[in-house]
Amino acid sequence: MSTPTEVSEPSTPDGRAARPAGAPVIKARRVRRLSKSDKVILGFMIGLPTLIQLLFVWIPTLLSVFLSFTRWNGLALSDIRAAGFANFSYVFNDSPAFWPAVQHNILWLVFLAVIATPLGLLLAVLLDQQIKGSKIYQSVFFVPVMLSLALVGIIWQLFYQKDNGLLNFLLGTAGTPEAVDWFGDPSVNIWAALVAATWRHAGYVMILYLAGLKGVDASLKEAASLDGANARQTFFRIVFPAMAPINIVIVVITIIESLRAFDVVWVINKGTNGLELISALVITYLIGEGQSIGIGSAFAVILLVISLVPITIYLSRTFRKEKF
Amino acid sequence: MSTSTRTRTGKSQQAVGHGLSRPHYGTHIFLIVMSIMWLIPLGWALFTALRPKADTDKYGYFSLGGAFNFDNFVTAWTQGGFPQYFMNSLIITVPTIILVLWMSSMMAFAVSRVSWKFNISMLILFTAGNLLPPQVLATPLFEMFKLTQLPYWFSDSGSLLNTYISVIIANTAFQIGFCTFVLSNYMKALSADLTEAALVDGAGLWRQYASIIMPLCKPAVAALATLELIFIYNDYFWPLLFIQSGDRLPVTTAINNLQGTFLSNYNLLAAGAMITVIPTLIIYLVLQKQFVAGLTLGSSKG
Repeated sequence: MSTPTEVSEPSTPDGRAARPAGAPVIKARRVRRLSKSDKVILGFMIGLPTLIQLLFVWIPTLLSVFLSFTRWNGLALSDIRAAGFANFSYVFNDSPAFWPAVQHNILWLVFLAVIATPLGLLLAVLLDQQIKGSKIYQSVFFVPVMLSLALVGIIWQLFYQKDNGLLNFLLGTAGTPEAVDWFGDPSVNIWAALVAATWRHAGYVMILYLAGLKGVDASLKEAASLDGANARQTFFRIVFPAMAPINIVIVVITIIESLRAFDVVWVINKGTNGLELISALVITYLIGEGQSIGIGSAFAVILLVISLVPITIYLSRTFRKEKF
Repeated sequence: MSTSTRTRTGKSQQAVGHGLSRPHYGTHIFLIVMSIMWLIPLGWALFTALRPKADTDKYGYFSLGGAFNFDNFVTAWTQGGFPQYFMNSLIITVPTIILVLWMSSMMAFAVSRVSWKFNISMLILFTAGNLLPPQVLATPLFEMFKLTQLPYWFSDSGSLLNTYISVIIANTAFQIGFCTFVLSNYMKALSADLTEAALVDGAGLWRQYASIIMPLCKPAVAALATLELIFIYNDYFWPLLFIQSGDRLPVTTAINNLQGTFLSNYNLLAAGAMITVIPTLIIYLVLQKQFVAGLTLGSSKG
């Protein structure tokens, strides 16, 4: 940062390759030192966004780690007491909600990965063909993506209600003792919530894959087709591998979405009674009775550590071609 | 499959052996069934919203009897306090989008058009920040805002809690990373000759940013603005965390309270939900292309 320079020559490999072969060999990067006023400008352009990013994203994240090793009621800063690993020990051994939450987060991930994401891919593949009304179908599947997850929760609440919801009418159980309270019954509500989440996730995946499929070189598909490959072979052996960059993005999005899952369960019952999630536990301990900031932060740190896995995969894939 | 032939001429279509005219009956049946299933939850909410409570009580929710009108929408609008909530959404959304695009475009310019020691590391830091679950930083951010002392004429809580600013700050900080990533990819793809000429003219960095690069980024900025509009409007979490006064909540967070306000009046609740959908549907119809472009911009550079 101390000696910023300006790139006045394309630094991308493509840019260099584009130079005529006969061109005189010059240094790939002709750089000049920035003037004093440019340095000030650059400092402002980098400094202001970085300050915001550090102050409101990274410092709070580090503070979460710090607070997870303390005992604090959230009142005065002077009340903070060191607690060692007591919070983590409580979370792993004594917290009644932690292991159910872990199971639900895993279930959330598996359900999105096995049902919602492949469904989105299937829709994208079907709609990528030149079929009549492709745009109309796309619009239909895309509508839930525009809705907030909180609203998704409410809309499905109306659908799932015990006595007046459409689902129980369709099953013929509405008003009878067999009627299921889909969002209330702890043995089924996680599945009901997952269906609602799928409704939104599949459309999102579809849009990303539609863009990815358009980017696959059509001649690849033709060549495979000419060689006698059927549609399925062409897709699994040629098209799907060719979409590797998008596949990584989708994998990362699916994992991160399942860790971030919060809004739907919070709208339903604040993440209790069958809908425990790690993210919801953080907030329960923050705003709940008898604030236990340390325990809430321990949940946050567990969430952070798990999230770092997909984040690292994504970043190393994305930035591995860049020069450091 | 017709996909494999669509860019070919008629001649090669014959060579491949499939025509464009293949009807895809099976595909259509599948897609129609899926579309109906996809529309049912929203359709049911709309159907419920259009019927007076008295009629659904009399005939049952699963019936066609009785009147259909917009009375519930009118009642929900006034009783639910929607004008205030929409105003709050606007107060939070507009400054956030402007701040996010301003900050992220400067940062993106600095990392993609100027070479300095830590530019890639900084870009990674920004990108990673956006990928964290917000709950990871929620507790310290809440405490930081609570401990910020502010004069009472400025904030009636004496701190940043219960202010629009808290939500604007959190959303801005969280969204900058994503927009910086997308914009830096976009700016990197612009030819270096553009700023070269400006350099020869002796134009400073700010002029390169404001007069040369930013005008060329209009498509990306428009796509991101649309995407952020939806993201911020749909944000449920930050207002839930920071705002305690019900009358300061934006629409998306406030609808949750309607479940209490419209206690067991599902017709009104459905109408409230539909009112909340309307702005998104308008944006969808008007700016669909921008929105989709924004979504895919972020993933195309894998």
